[in-house]
Amino acid sequence: MRSFEYVSPTTKAQAVSLLAGNWGQTEVFAGGTDLLALMKDDVLAPKRLVNIKQIKDLQGVTYNAQGLRVGALTNLGELADDANVKKNYPALAEALIEAASPQIRNMATLGGNLCQRPRCWYFRNGFGLLPKDETGKELIIEGDNRYHAILANDGPAKFVSPSTIAPVLIAYAAKIRLEGPKGKRELPLEKFYVVPKTETEREHDLQPNEIVTEVVVPPATDAKAAHYEIRQKEAFDWPLAVAAVALRMNGSNVQSARVVMGYVAPVPWISMEAEQALSSQNISEDTAQRAAAAALRNAKALSHNSYKVQLARVAVKRALLKAASGGAA
Amino acid sequence: MADYGWPDAEHRTLIGKRITRVDSPVKVSGQAKYTYDVKRPGMLFGKILRCPYAYAKVVSIDASAAEKMPGVKAIHIIQGPNSTIHWAGDEVVAVAAVDEPTAEDAVRAIKVKYQKLSHLVSDAEPPKGAAQAQGPLSMDDIDDMLDNQVPARQMVEQIQQYGITSKPDEGTLKGLQEDGATDEVIKAIRAATVHPEAGSRPKSNYQKAAAQTLGDGEKAFAQAEVISEGLYGVPVITHCCLESHGSTSEWTDNDHLLVHMSTQNVSGIAGQMAEPLKIPATNIRVHQDHIGGGFGSKFSPDRWGIATAEVSKKAGGKPVRIMLERDSELKVAGARPSAYARVRVGAKRDGTIVAWQSESWGTGGPGGGGMPPIPYVFSIPNQRKEHTAIRNNIGPARAWRAPNHPQAAVITMCALDDLAAKLNMDPLDFFLKNIELGKPRQAIYTEELGIASDLMGWKQKWHPRGQNKSGNLARGVGLSLHTWGGRGHASDCDLTIHPDGSVDIKMGSQDLGTGTRTCILMVAADTLGIPMDTISLQIGDTMYPPSGGSGGSTTIGGVSSSTRRAAVDAREGLFAKVAPALNAQPAELESINGTVRVKGDSSRSLSWKEACSKLGAMPLTVRGKNPDKSKPPDLTNSGVGGVQMAEVEVDTDTGIVKVKKMVAVQDCGLVIDVKTAESQCHGALIMGISYSLFEEKVMDPTTGRMLNPDMQYYRLAGLNDIPELVVHMMTGKGYDERGVIGLGEPPVISPGAAISNAVANAIGVRVPFLPLTPDRVLGAFQKAGA
Ligand SMILES: Cc1cc2nc3c(=O)[nH]c(=O)nc-3n(C[C@H](O)[C@H](O)[C@H](O)COP(=O)(O)OP(=O)(O)OC[C@H]3O[C@@H](n4cnc5c(N)ncnc54)[C@H](O)[C@@H]3O)c2cc1C
Repeated sequence: MRSFEYVSPTTKAQAVSLLAGNWGQTEVFAGGTDLLALMKDDVLAPKRLVNIKQIKDLQGVTYNAQGLRVGALTNLGELADDANVKKNYPALAEALIEAASPQIRNMATLGGNLCQRPRCWYFRNGFGLLPKDETGKELIIEGDNRYHAILANDGPAKFVSPSTIAPVLIAYAAKIRLEGPKGKRELPLEKFYVVPKTETEREHDLQPNEIVTEVVVPPATDAKAAHYEIRQKEAFDWPLAVAAVALRMNGSNVQSARVVMGYVAPVPWISMEAEQALSSQNISEDTAQRAAAAALRNAKALSHNSYKVQLARVAVKRALLKAASGGAA
Repeated sequence: MADYGWPDAEHRTLIGKRITRVDSPVKVSGQAKYTYDVKRPGMLFGKILRCPYAYAKVVSIDASAAEKMPGVKAIHIIQGPNSTIHWAGDEVVAVAAVDEPTAEDAVRAIKVKYQKLSHLVSDAEPPKGAAQAQGPLSMDDIDDMLDNQVPARQMVEQIQQYGITSKPDEGTLKGLQEDGATDEVIKAIRAATVHPEAGSRPKSNYQKAAAQTLGDGEKAFAQAEVISEGLYGVPVITHCCLESHGSTSEWTDNDHLLVHMSTQNVSGIAGQMAEPLKIPATNIRVHQDHIGGGFGSKFSPDRWGIATAEVSKKAGGKPVRIMLERDSELKVAGARPSAYARVRVGAKRDGTIVAWQSESWGTGGPGGGGMPPIPYVFSIPNQRKEHTAIRNNIGPARAWRAPNHPQAAVITMCALDDLAAKLNMDPLDFFLKNIELGKPRQAIYTEELGIASDLMGWKQKWHPRGQNKSGNLARGVGLSLHTWGGRGHASDCDLTIHPDGSVDIKMGSQDLGTGTRTCILMVAADTLGIPMDTISLQIGDTMYPPSGGSGGSTTIGGVSSSTRRAAVDAREGLFAKVAPALNAQPAELESINGTVRVKGDSSRSLSWKEACSKLGAMPLTVRGKNPDKSKPPDLTNSGVGGVQMAEVEVDTDTGIVKVKKMVAVQDCGLVIDVKTAESQCHGALIMGISYSLFEEKVMDPTTGRMLNPDMQYYRLAGLNDIPELVVHMMTGKGYDERGVIGLGEPPVISPGAAISNAVANAIGVRVPFLPLTPDRVLGAFQKAGA
C-alpha cells in the first residue's frame, strides 16, 4: 500500500471540504472492508483518506410512519438485527444476513456497501473499469467473462454491480441521500447507479466530494417482498445471480410489481418487462416462469456467460414464488 | 541380534491406537511459530519486482532511483538484461528495506524495459496439425520431466528412443541426480545418441509423444460388444498454501547463513542453496518449527529463497524476510498440471473390459508435462495411447499431492463409469467384475468396495442414471479407486537416554501438520515402554540428523523406521547396563509401563529412572537409520489401495452441485496413529471436494496473466460445503504385517472421479471437466439437449 494522508472530520461539512473535486485524489473511508483491499492491491492509490466514522450524524436507524431511515455508517450486522427491519422489511433483513460473513458484516457499512466497487477480476487486477490492452482491444470481450454482465453490456462496461443489498432496497423503493459542496440531494436508489462510458467515470452518480449520508425506505407493510440469490458456495462467495421482488396485490392478483436483478448488469437491473408480464396476474409456477423469461428476453450473453441467463431466470422465478408464498418472513 | 520388527497387536501400547496429536495445544493457542511468524532482531523486509508479461525478454533495468530512496538497504537483480521470462509474475529484482511499504515503493521506482513476446496460456485441445513429433531431449527437457515426476522407466525409454541434443557435463548430471534422476536415467543419458542439430530447432508449443501400445487395440475394439466414448479432464489448479512460500535469511558471519524457511524439506534445503550462494552446505543452517501447508510445492528454496539470502548479504548480513504475497503465491508458487483426454473404452456384453484408447493432452507450464498413468488401476489388456504436452506460459508446475494420479483417476474412472452406464450396469458390480485387472491389489479393492458400499448405503442409493429426481433436485452416487507407493524415505534419528531417565530425539524431519511429531513419539515411547510426554523431540533443523523431504507419502515410513531402530538399540544398550543390577541377562529384560524388569517377574524390576542411573555418567546416544539392511526386517513397504464413494445432490435448474456424503476406505499397511491417519483422509476429502467443485487457475488470453490470484475467485471449499465424511482405515491381519506405508497422498486421488461420477449418476449426463461449476453442469445439459 502506498502512503497517504489520513483525516478524521467530525462533521459532514468538514468531510466534504476535505474531499477533492476529482477522482483519484481522495477517498471516503468507512468500514474499509472494500477500500483497503483495493489500496493493498494498488487498484486505488488515494493521496488522502477521509475517515467518516467520527461523524455522529451518519449513524442510527429510525422507523416511523414515513418509513425507515438508515444512517450511512450503520453496519450490515446492526441493520440485519434491527427489530423494525426484521418485521417490516424481511426481504432486506434476509439479504443482509446472506451477505459476506459475520466479521465483515460487523465492519461493513451500508453506505460502503452501496458504494463498493465492482468485483470484476480485470478491475481488481488493475486493468481498469473498462479494461483494454494497449492496442485498444477490450479484454473482457476477448477474455474470460464468465462472471460478467448479460444485460446492458453493449457499451464498454461489462462488470456487474456488486451489492446484493441494492436490488432489494430498490425493490422497496429506497432513496439515497447525498451531501456535497453544493448541498444536499436525494435520488431514487436506482438512479444512483450509472453505466460509465469512459475510464474517468465511476459507476455511481456520486461526485468525488460528495458523501452518502443516509438511505430512506418508504413503509412496505403492504408489500409481499422476497430476495433470492444463487451462489455456488454456501458462504463467502459472490452470487452468480440475484433477484429481489416486491409485489402489491389486489386480492390474489398482482396490482403492481417491482422486479430487480443483481449481478446481471453494470447497475442493479429493474425489469419493466417482468413487471408488465406480472400485471393483474396471480402468481403461479407458470406466471413466474413467464415473468422470468420476460426479464431476460433482452439478455445478451458474452462468450463465456450464457449460463448466467438461465441462472437469472431461475432467481427471478424463485423470488416471485417465494414472495407469493409469504416472502422472506 | 535385537528384534527390530514391529510388535504384534498384543505387544503394542501406543502403535495402532488413536492418539491426539501432541502439537494441538500450541497450535490452537497460537503459540506455534510458523516461518511467517519469525521476527529477527533488526529484520528487513524484502519485496520482489515481478514481470507483468507472460513471455518477454528483459531489455534493461534501472534501479538507480530505488537505490537512493531512504530506508532501502539492498537491491539484487535476479534476472538481468537478456533473460527470458516465461510466465507473468516471474522474479526480476529483489529489494530489502526497513519496512514493507518502503520496499514496495522501491519496487515501483525500479524501471524495467521488456520486449514482449507472444505468449500462449491456453491448454485447450491442440489445434489439428499443431503438434510436433517429440524430438531429441535437451537437459532442460529432462529436468522438466523430473519436475513433472515422469516415471524413470518412461524417461529411459524416451531417452533411448529420441536421443539427446547435447552431451552433458558431470555437473549437469549431478544436478539432474539431485533433482531426482535415478541411476538408470543417468546411465541412459550417458549412452544416448547426441543430435546437436535438434537443439537449435524452434520448438512448437505442442509436443506429441510417440504412441504407446499394448496388445492389439484395433482387434479388441472390433470385437468389443459395447464401446463408450467420452471427453474428460481437469484444469490447472494451484497449491494455494495458507502459509505462503518464503523465508527469512541472515548471515551470522561472512560465510555462515541462518535460514528460517517454510519447507517440506528441511534437510534438503542447505544443499540446494550452497551452490548458488557459493558457500559450503555445512555453513547453512535451516530451521522450521511449523508449516502452513505445502502439498508438494515446497521442496526447493526457490529463486526467491536464494534472492532473500542474496539481499541479506548485500544488506550487511541483516535478517531479511521475503514471504510471498497471496497473489504471487497463486501465480508462481505452484500449479498442478492439467490433463484432458478423449477416451474410447470397449467391453464385452457381460461387462469385461477389453480395450482402451486415449488421446490426451495437458500442460505443466513451460515444461510441458507427461501423460498421467492411464488407464489407471485397471491394466486393460489392449491399449493405444497418445499424449501431447503443451508448453505454455502459465507458470511452472509442481508436484501436487499424488502427482498425476488425480488426473489419471478422473480420466479413467469417469470413462469406465460411462461404459458401465452404457452396459446398464451398476458401476459397483462393473468394477468388481473387472477387479482382476486391478492386480496386484484385487483382493484389497474387493474388500474395500464391500466396506465402502455398506458405509455409503450404495445398494439403496444407487439408481440407473438420471432416475433419482424429485422436482429440480437430482441425487446420485459415484465411486473411484486409487493406488500409491509410499515407501519410507531415508531417515536418520538420534535418540539419547540420559542417566537421569530423560530421553531426547533429534531428527531433521518436518511435521507438515500430518502428525509426524506425534508418530515419532508414539514409536519411541511404545518401544521404550515409557510415556510419550517424557520424551523430548526436536525436529525441523539441519543441526539434527538428516531425514528426507516430505513428499511422495514417504515420511511416516521413514521416520517411524529410523525411530524404531534407534529406540530398540537404545533399549538394548540400556538393558546391557541394567542387567547386572537385576541379576539377569540383557535378553531376559523388558521395559514396560515405566519399569525395566525381568520378563514375567515383576519382583525383579527397576523404575525407568533407576534403570537409567545405571548408565553411569555418560548418556547413551544411538542412531537409527532407514533403510538399514543390517537391521532387518524392512519396516516399511510400498503400494496401497483405496476406494472412495460420493453422494451428491444437483439442482438441475441452476447446475449447483452439493456433496452430501463421502466415504473413504483406505489401506496403508501398519497404521501408527489411527486418529491422525483418519485426519489425513478427512483433509484429503475436503481438498478433493474443493478441487472437484471450485478450484481452477484462470488465465487471461490477452494479457497472459492469472485472473484469480486471490481467494475471492480462487475459491476453496468452506465449512458449509463439507458434508458428512466417513473414513475407514483397513487395519489388522493382512494389513499390519506389511509394515508402515505412507498415506499423505492416496486419499486425495479419488474425490474428483467419485464426485464427477456421482453427478453423472444424478443428472444422467457427463460433465466432462472439473471443477463442476454451474456453467459446466448447465453446459452439459445443453449439449445433451436436455
Ligand atoms: C469476503 C467478502 C464478502 C462479501 N460479500 C458480500 C455480499 O455477499 N454482498 C454484498 O453486498 N457485499 C459483500 N461484500 C462487500 C461488503 O459488503 C463491502 O465491502 C462493504 O459493505 C463496504 O462497506 P465499508 O463500510 O467497509 O466500505 P469501505 O470499504 O470503507 O468503502 C467502500 C467504497 O465506498 C466508498 N464509501 C464508503 N462510504 C461512503 C459514503 N458514506 N459516502 C461516499 N462513499 C462512501 C468508499 O470511498 C469506497 O470507495 C463482501 C466483502 C467481502 C470482503
